[in-house]
Amino acid sequence: MDCTNAQTLLDGYLDGELDPVRNLEIEEHLHGCTRCSLSYSDRQVIRRGLKTESLYFKAPADLQKRIQRSVRQAAKAEAPAGWLSWPWLRFAAPLAAAALVVLMLVPIFGGPSSDELLTQDVVASHIRSLMVNHLADVRSTDEHTVKPWFNGKLDFSPPVSDLAKQGFPLVGGRLDYLNNRPVAALVYQRDKHVINVFVWPADNSGQTGGPIKTLQGYHVIRWASSGMNFWVVSDLEQNQLAKFTDLLKASATTSPS
Amino acid sequence: MGKDQLVRFEQAILPHLDAAYNLARWLTRNDHDAQDMVQEACLRAFKFFDGFHGVDARAWLLTIVRNTCYTWLEQNRRGQAMTSFDEEIHTVEEDALNPSALALKSDDREMLKQSLEQLPAEFREVIVLRDLEELSYKQIAEVINVPLGTVMSRLARARARLKGILCSRLKEKP
Repeated sequence: MDCTNAQTLLDGYLDGELDPVRNLEIEEHLHGCTRCSLSYSDRQVIRRGLKTESLYFKAPADLQKRIQRSVRQAAKAEAPAGWLSWPWLRFAAPLAAAALVVLMLVPIFGGPSSDELLTQDVVASHIRSLMVNHLADVRSTDEHTVKPWFNGKLDFSPPVSDLAKQGFPLVGGRLDYLNNRPVAALVYQRDKHVINVFVWPADNSGQTGGPIKTLQGYHVIRWASSGMNFWVVSDLEQNQLAKFTDLLKASATTSPS
Repeated sequence: MGKDQLVRFEQAILPHLDAAYNLARWLTRNDHDAQDMVQEACLRAFKFFDGFHGVDARAWLLTIVRNTCYTWLEQNRRGQAMTSFDEEIHTVEEDALNPSALALKSDDREMLKQSLEQLPAEFREVIVLRDLEELSYKQIAEVINVPLGTVMSRLARARARLKGILCSRLKEKP
């Protein structure tokens, strides 16, 4: 074995990741070559330093609690039917199974609603955006900053309008992932309430709109216009949120964007 | 998502919080963001827990932590250590072939820490995963999503660079 070979295998040898034959070969080489064996001992020194100088950062004591809290909250948002306790479900399960069979026989009803799942996803995304201090990737109250920021990050350009004059200032924008695709999340604020607006291109499969829904204390309003799906979610009072969506709809149709 | 699932998730994932935090701490280089990264990664892990059928929960979680950190690095540190990292143009530094009879004293922790932090993230993470987390090459390959053979060559480059930084710091030291 020559020095070039030995140098490329030195780390594998140090880490005990070589096969026995290679191990022997490199040991022989190290016996006869001062340069390589010095180079090897340098590596040992550094590794020993890394291990003994306690450079391992242990998680802070309260991190586990913080994570348990947020995961449990997310679990609740994903399974909002908390009153549906398990013993109850034991009776309900056969009924549900029967109902499912009926639904499958009648394709018009389309099985367990993907719409509901999406609503849960939207609410979960909203909660996540508030929890992990990741509300906006681009922070700006200027629609002409937020809109171009999405260029190259999405395969569509979401309509962005600032509604500060009407009392709903734009805070920024963010990338999110919903309905199996990347979506634009626009963030607005009303007093202390955060409003997330999720936007992505509408396909032809429907979901053109629906009644206001409430999940976990969050209101969800959705509609489709100019080829885009809009989902608005916030803990803002229902009437105010309805007013906000009216403003948003109006500005989307009047502004050139 | 049922209660059983939540319990299963906590049993599988929570024992590896130290590993998750250590990696995030080294990639973000500060405590506050590291905590956020671990929390966000755990939420993602929870969301995709149905898709986890493996046995190595630590490597699985570390993969998610790493991806979360890289997304964050790209967004927050544009142009710093992340741009156009090219394996080809990073040849083994000359120092790798220049043995130095390195000597580290017990009070050199801060110097080691700073030197490791100075490495580009791609090099820093392999050293952290191997020498601090003590993952096998196979696990590292899984976490950083490269072929097994690349792990050893990247470790070689990373250690050579680290040695280079340490040597020059030791020379500066009075």
